[in-house]
Amino acid sequence: MTVVEPTVIPGAQTEARETLVEVRDLRVAYGDVVAVDGVNLSIAAGEILGLAGESGCGKTTIANTVMQVLRPPAEIVGGSILFRGDDLVGRKPEELRKYRWRNVSMVFQSAMNALNPVMRVGDQFVDMMRAHEHISKDDALARAGELLDLVGIDRRRTRAYAHELSGGMRQRVIIAMALALNPELVIMDEPTTALDVVVQREILQQIKDLQEQLGFAVLFITHDLSLLFEVAHRIAIMYAGEVVEEAPAAELRNAPRHPYTSGLVSSFPPLRGPIERMTGIPGSPPDLASPPAGCRFHPRCPNCVPEESELHRLQTTVRPVLRNVGPSHRVACHLVEQQR
Amino acid sequence: MTASISGSVEVRGLTKHFATGNGLRPGRSRLHAVDDVTFTLRPGTVTALVGESGSGKSTVARMLARLYAPTSGRIYFKDEDVTDVKRRRDVLRYRSQVQMIFQDPFGSLNPVKTIHHHLARPLKIHNLVERSQIDERIGELLTTVGLVPPERYVDKYPYELSGGQRQRVAIARALAVEPTVLVADEPTSMLDVSIRVGILNLILDLKEREQLAFLYVTHDLGSARYIADYMLVMYAGQIVEQGPIDRVLQSPLHPYTQLLIDSVPDPAAVVHERIDVRKGVASAAVDPPEGCRFADRCPLRIGVCTQVTPELVLTEDGHSARCHVTAPSHAIREEIREPVH
Repeated sequence: MTVVEPTVIPGAQTEARETLVEVRDLRVAYGDVVAVDGVNLSIAAGEILGLAGESGCGKTTIANTVMQVLRPPAEIVGGSILFRGDDLVGRKPEELRKYRWRNVSMVFQSAMNALNPVMRVGDQFVDMMRAHEHISKDDALARAGELLDLVGIDRRRTRAYAHELSGGMRQRVIIAMALALNPELVIMDEPTTALDVVVQREILQQIKDLQEQLGFAVLFITHDLSLLFEVAHRIAIMYAGEVVEEAPAAELRNAPRHPYTSGLVSSFPPLRGPIERMTGIPGSPPDLASPPAGCRFHPRCPNCVPEESELHRLQTTVRPVLRNVGPSHRVACHLVEQQR
Repeated sequence: MTASISGSVEVRGLTKHFATGNGLRPGRSRLHAVDDVTFTLRPGTVTALVGESGSGKSTVARMLARLYAPTSGRIYFKDEDVTDVKRRRDVLRYRSQVQMIFQDPFGSLNPVKTIHHHLARPLKIHNLVERSQIDERIGELLTTVGLVPPERYVDKYPYELSGGQRQRVAIARALAVEPTVLVADEPTSMLDVSIRVGILNLILDLKEREQLAFLYVTHDLGSARYIADYMLVMYAGQIVEQGPIDRVLQSPLHPYTQLLIDSVPDPAAVVHERIDVRKGVASAAVDPPEGCRFADRCPLRIGVCTQVTPELVLTEDGHSARCHVTAPSHAIREEIREPVH
């Protein structure tokens, strides 16, 4: 993907915000499999960017790349990740160690199991803080107490072990830990996936409250688009290693342009209103070892029919490029382009 | 709901208690995983069983599939008491009528056996078709669950299929024995969103075409509404509300049901109200005291709630709830009117 048209980034407020992270034409490969293939994304200071897509679409790889915790065989094979304008690719390990957690922290998938079972919660905070800052043990413990307070857990729980906490509380502890060094960006990879709906709702509310209070940016990654409509300011949809659509949350919900996005949006049975038979999206995501030529979504696309010969030729041979269809709405689709 | 006088499966007062502790240090307490659960599954209907993890919904499913023996209560299959059947022939007969579909299509198929093997096995064990017709029957089954053409799938191994296709194989395997009841425990929760709809539609088709009775265990209210006719809501081992699903979702009686409904991310909602709920999690019902098990989280709590265990009270049109405030029994109504000092 080569064309990058300028984007205006709408946040919660209207003032222009500075760009915190910019991912440019990123390509990440696992051996021969290119999991992320030419992705452009930017995250503004203080905004919540949602990244949605199905398993294997590359969203977690992007999280790991921005956090700089990619492990072999995963390898960045192209593009750059700019943090406040500085490229992270090729930095020294020591520099990256400082960058992690201080500038960008991460709440991992299945974070519920990320706590050390044989260490008190407070000691885990102390360990992490002392690895990054010159801080006394007592000060670190006191800070841990404050952080637990912040996420609505009794500060005395610094003395608890993980098994003494419920799933929701463990997730809060992990979020508190991610906030410990006041990072500018917190990456959350499926932070509520293993939780019950009621607890999930509490955690989402907590994340929103903290974000408003402290002003950090969030990259919120999930397969559940309906969550993003609630928390995200802006949403990017990934399919088979590419971003296929990107728009402000409300716009993406009300007027999705990419057929894959439309399919996802209409795959959630509503709790209210009339029930209609849903169609879902036929087929399944492609094998990234040999992605389809042209538009990667074309084998599943309702708009890809041989009768439309010129369009069909484009769809099956040329990769569509993300282009603006509105001030801050970008879509990669041949049909949309034809209709412009 | 399809008219049918007797149900396929009826459970009465189904109860399962587990001893706490472990094998080395058995505890004296009893975990009331399921307490006094009663419902009927009818042909051609889907009954959704919802609740949070630990509410006992999977334990109910497992008792129906005879993976757990109930502590007390009875299970009737077509009016016949099958709670205590022990003889292999009788157990096989029950199992061929009541089949279970599990959450994890990755773990429920044998990775070193082909799809053909998975589907041929139940046919052979239950002696359902002539050996010579097994291949033909497998073709039919794969077609029923939408894996067409069947030739493309029979000789594959599970790893060659996607999650949605594997779940379809699991459903085909359950259908192989021509059951009348299917118990599906979170059958879509591990599948991608775009695949999920296909499985839900398949359940809808099977319900209508084959007149199967489904117990659909889930925590996803949206999908429950999409496929189910009837809903049971469990909390801490008890059914706290049940009724026709549209009634329950449109005018929930129990405050827990309301909480569940409010918690679902609803893209259609314009502004999300903050839910005011006393934080907490469903306390596992270990030696539960008298009183409502939801009381300490309940915004509607009154004095009697912590003293008297509410009964499931039928209000109207088959809609019932276990709540002293919204569905008081006659006795409680009297008591509230004239409080005893």
